[in-house]
Amino acid sequence: MIIRRPNDILPSEITSHSVYRRRREFLKQAGALGLIAASGSELALAQSPTATKLAAKPGRYSTTDKPTAYKYVTGYNNYYEFGTDKEDPAEYAGKMKTRPWTVVVDGEVKKPRSFGIEELLKLAPIEERIYRMRCVEAWSMVIPWSGFSLSELIRRVEPTGNAKYVSFSTAADRSSMHGLGLPVLEWPYAEGLRMDEAMHPLTILSLGLYGEILPNQNGAPVRLVVPWKYGFKSAKSLVRISFTEQQPKTAWNTAAAQEYGFYSNVNPEVDHPRWSQATERRIGEDGFLSQRRKTLMFNGYAEQVAGLYKGMDLKRQF
Amino acid sequence: MGWNPGRGQLAALKAGLFALALVPMVQLVWRALAEALGANPVEAVQRSTGWWALFFLLATLAVTPLRRWTGLGWLPGWRRMLGLYAFFYAAAHFTTYAWLDVWFDPEAILKDVVKRPFITVGFAALVIMIPLALTSTRGMQRRLGRRWRSLHSAVYAAGILGVLHFWWLVKRDIREPLAFGAVLAVLLGARLLARRTAKGSPQAAPENK
Ligand code: HEM
Repeated sequence: MIIRRPNDILPSEITSHSVYRRRREFLKQAGALGLIAASGSELALAQSPTATKLAAKPGRYSTTDKPTAYKYVTGYNNYYEFGTDKEDPAEYAGKMKTRPWTVVVDGEVKKPRSFGIEELLKLAPIEERIYRMRCVEAWSMVIPWSGFSLSELIRRVEPTGNAKYVSFSTAADRSSMHGLGLPVLEWPYAEGLRMDEAMHPLTILSLGLYGEILPNQNGAPVRLVVPWKYGFKSAKSLVRISFTEQQPKTAWNTAAAQEYGFYSNVNPEVDHPRWSQATERRIGEDGFLSQRRKTLMFNGYAEQVAGLYKGMDLKRQF
Repeated sequence: MGWNPGRGQLAALKAGLFALALVPMVQLVWRALAEALGANPVEAVQRSTGWWALFFLLATLAVTPLRRWTGLGWLPGWRRMLGLYAFFYAAAHFTTYAWLDVWFDPEAILKDVVKRPFITVGFAALVIMIPLALTSTRGMQRRLGRRWRSLHSAVYAAGILGVLHFWWLVKRDIREPLAFGAVLAVLLGARLLARRTAKGSPQAAPENK
């Protein structure tokens, strides 16, 4: 099944663009670190043992929106385990060890097991998915993720008939995450999806962005990305995926249930109790003199996902 | 009592403070021109101006208790300048919102003020600060006499509303609004305590001049 919006450009065009940007960024950084000694050629990059490349073929569902600059995607993050300022994750996440790494998959499945990160990297063909990302704080980005549909993993563990929801638990390592000392959320961070949301082809496990493996501040080594929901639903640095019959507890909903619902679908008509969700600012593009842009229903993915919520009152089940 | 600098020294000190208080604004303009405000420049300006507005509001409120504790009789000479700086940053803060956020759309502003409690209280704080700024001159002070002092005790209301505004806009991390709130509580407490001692003991030194 290929669902593409009519105005989408060819994935090949997107890929070449982002690969170009990635190389340029990487060369700049590598150069700054002195990793590439004499030559700054792309060959040097390809052969460099320090290259953290993650080959990805153009995927379906990519947006035609211009990807947000690498420096913003990796420098302006919400990852409270490393502090609550947007610059904190880039500064402190480097301390987190992402090798070795295993993700435990259990609960209502016929074949519970754990996956090592090396195995996950080869579990299914890695695709580039350029998705819009809308934060609940009314800003947005466009991020070229590398990963595969979460359904690829789900199929392999064979959920039982009781599996109605999927819960996600993320890393909580006291030695590298000073934010765990803050009483802002319950740790480890927890998220959850309904089974049909988890199985939807747009929902991915991401292992990289801009053609490289994930930087720590973006949720290395493996994270969830659900592009039609507010960013906090896309849990980072996953350590456990459990299938449950009951709706699982989620971190933000537990912290403030009247402000953050279980679904948290991007919805311009349902305001956060304290601020409007009707508009947003696109990071790196909407500067001083641009108006805020209109937020789209389901973050622009209504065509693909609206069917999941047919008959639901989205104002009450927000 | 305390350190008693000469007139020239005092004037130099005050000029230095004036320049220092302008630094956050100069820095903002500089970074804006150099496109160095980061990923979300409008938010960066909103945060900086709001933060400094509240900072100077509390600094203004700190003058009287500080004078009482230190005995530095010339401190109140700074109060007006600090208060006007609070208003300056608050006005810049509101302008950023009204201009870059809602493009001077009166309907949008009205809707926000009515619908969003954090903006309601921020707006109230700003509205309170306007007459205070307008009546901050020495002439006005003389003309209003006793009423001037009761009018200007509204600074406390502005401070409380400003802290509430900050509190209600953060998502989960309330450490900063909490810190501002704690400082405000101490200043308010000091004022109430002073009033009580003044009332309780008639021979206590008269407040202010
Ligand atoms: C109509 C009046 C006002 C409006 C519409 C307004 C609006 C805003 C907005 C939208 C923000 C959020 C910035 C962000 O984090 O994205 C903010 C932050 C803030 N405002 Fe206001 N504000 C107003 C008045 C005031 C006043 C009078 C004060 C101080 C006395 C103040 C102090 C602050 C502070 C301290 C912050 C937080 C800064 C930070 O995050 O570090 N605001 N304001």
